[in-house]
Amino acid sequence: MRLYAIRRQEPLKWGSCLVFPAALAFSLAFCCLLLAIQGKPPLTGLASLFAGAFGSHHALQDTLLKAVPIFLCALGVAVAFRMQIWNIGAEGQYALGAVGATWAALAFPDAPRPVLIPLMLLSGGLAGGMWALIPALLKVRLRVNEIISTLMLNYIGINFLDWLVYGAWKDPASFGFPMTARFSPSALFPRLPGTRLHLGLALCALAGVAVWLWLSRTRLGYEVKAAGSGPRASVYARMDYGFLVCLVMAVCGVLAGTAGLTETVASAGRLQPSIMAGYGYTAIVVAWLARLNPLSIAVAAFLLAGLRVGVENLQLSLQVPAAFGGILEGCILLSVLAGQFVTGFRFRVERDEGRAETEGAA
Amino acid sequence: MRMFSKLLFLALLALAAFGCAEDKKEPEKKAEPAPKAEAPAAAPAPAALKVGFIYVSPIGDAGWSYAHDLGRKAIAALPGVETTYVEAVPEGPDSERVVTKMAREGANLILTTSFGYMDPTLNVAKEFPDVKFMHCSGFKRADNVGTYFGRMYQARYLSGLVAGSMTKANKLGYVAAFPIPEVIRGINAFTLGVQKVNPDAEVRVVWTKTWYDPATEKEAAKALLDAGCDVIAQHQDSPGPQEAAQERGVYSVGYNSDMSSFAPKAHLTAPVWNWSVIYTYLVEQVRSGAWKSEDIWWGMDKGVVDLAPFGPMVPEEVKAKVAAAKADIIAGKELVFTGPIFDQKGEQKAAAGQTLSDPDLLGMKWFVKGVVGSTE
Repeated sequence: MRLYAIRRQEPLKWGSCLVFPAALAFSLAFCCLLLAIQGKPPLTGLASLFAGAFGSHHALQDTLLKAVPIFLCALGVAVAFRMQIWNIGAEGQYALGAVGATWAALAFPDAPRPVLIPLMLLSGGLAGGMWALIPALLKVRLRVNEIISTLMLNYIGINFLDWLVYGAWKDPASFGFPMTARFSPSALFPRLPGTRLHLGLALCALAGVAVWLWLSRTRLGYEVKAAGSGPRASVYARMDYGFLVCLVMAVCGVLAGTAGLTETVASAGRLQPSIMAGYGYTAIVVAWLARLNPLSIAVAAFLLAGLRVGVENLQLSLQVPAAFGGILEGCILLSVLAGQFVTGFRFRVERDEGRAETEGAA
Repeated sequence: MRMFSKLLFLALLALAAFGCAEDKKEPEKKAEPAPKAEAPAAAPAPAALKVGFIYVSPIGDAGWSYAHDLGRKAIAALPGVETTYVEAVPEGPDSERVVTKMAREGANLILTTSFGYMDPTLNVAKEFPDVKFMHCSGFKRADNVGTYFGRMYQARYLSGLVAGSMTKANKLGYVAAFPIPEVIRGINAFTLGVQKVNPDAEVRVVWTKTWYDPATEKEAAKALLDAGCDVIAQHQDSPGPQEAAQERGVYSVGYNSDMSSFAPKAHLTAPVWNWSVIYTYLVEQVRSGAWKSEDIWWGMDKGVVDLAPFGPMVPEEVKAKVAAAKADIIAGKELVFTGPIFDQKGEQKAAAGQTLSDPDLLGMKWFVKGVVGSTE
């Protein structure tokens, strides 16, 4: 008996709606199994995971806020990926965004909020965008592979942040600990009264809609997609490929930079090296999971944030190791990818032994 | 292909199993509100003190968080104390969320065990005035936020006495975490100990800028070994440097907890934490209502810091020397940072007989003579 995987001529219709829930269900079943192995009650565990992520208005707020940096970075990365520009540099752009905003906050401590916050957004976004332009220009002018250059610039960006925080910007009152002085209260994002939700969430909505409109409703957005599927054809069609590369990179830089500045002012209100939590890399996973679609990215970022927040609750109630969250995350990713394989291929079982020539044997 | 079909079959089986699990889920769900109802019911029963811990690294790290978790387990064993924890919480906005969650779920005392939790702890404390917070290693307090730490430099000094006696090359390596006062203080205390028994020895410092990164820390130790060091000390939470020392057949000094199981042939001793002393005290204070925001900085006399058992290679005379110094420290004699102390440039920082003050120690930004490296 042999099993063949054959590429589907027509994509699955109703079936594709089932794939994601099925993958999720499989992962959660696996999660239950892991809990049972550790001797923890699996269903209580799942309940606590969900309660922690979505079970109350507090939990929902936590999840929404956690999703903010993931969404912004993933949106940026997706824009670049749409054009098949493999920007791994969101992490560094995030760092530079935080640095840019911190500069504004430290340079103009007395500015009123309506001036200071736009200024921080501008300087943070600009810093992130400029940082992303470096690999873009290197690619366009010198044909430097952007995967390498963006990755390397991450380390430089993070070390630049460290250098500032350990050096020039170190708070003299911090006993030598690596942190800048606290920003003035007017630098902190305003919060929705009675909740912890802050301006970052509004920025997400704005950015998401803007990117969606740009990519789906404008000529420039069309050019980005066209240049992605065929760089040479796009040049032939008199599109400015170099300009487009710089554009998508800069947009990604601005978005990742905004994520960085959001994390800086959202909680601590000062720059600390600990804001680097790997969102720039998480973003790549989220962007792919969501197949680069802005709305799906929002959903994926929200779900991933919910998972991460929920696992904390699971830790609190059942004292499972933190690594459990990582395992669950990996399992979901793998099963979703496997599910996408199922939507793209169909399977055929052949009893006949002698048919090695059938295409696409898995 | 056979493999594939078997795998597919297994996957289907798993899905089927999940289907069964799903069926069971329904009745369970109805039982779900029960734990919620339990919470108010538990409140009138006389005060089970709820204590929450937040850790920066996994408790399996054998280091910092592991040591704190040993303290947690000690108080969890006390009657009427419930503990809970969340591990591996990054020090940014995530920590604020986790601390908030603990406070919301009825913790009476919350211990935030890493420096970077300072501002988040204070932010949350403002919202929950009835909850007591204790932040480890910070310097900011509020009405319901106290701070605590231990005088680890005393144990570091003793470990320096051991290391200084065991080196043959007179070059010791110190794999250091971040250039902050706590770490600098530890390096200085270690070096003063080393030089006490071996004035010619020098201590070379490499910064890893990590707290827990076994690979990086091991590499840093190897670099020091390549430079000719024959005893390795460390300030991180991973046993990486210990392993590096054992592989090269030289000695090492651990940190946080007894790391001898990772490098039995190399591990001379380790300055270790015993947080249960402070945690037991805090539980008593909160329970009796006597708790107030304070700054606890206890030392060897209270047993918060100590030395791990010596390895078999440490000679009796060294053990005796260390025991004598330890007895002096416990008796309250200021051994470690008492002059004459010079900095790297040879400038006198403390005259003979003069002791550095606590604020001097807490803000320490310079290395003593004998340290090779920079505080940048």
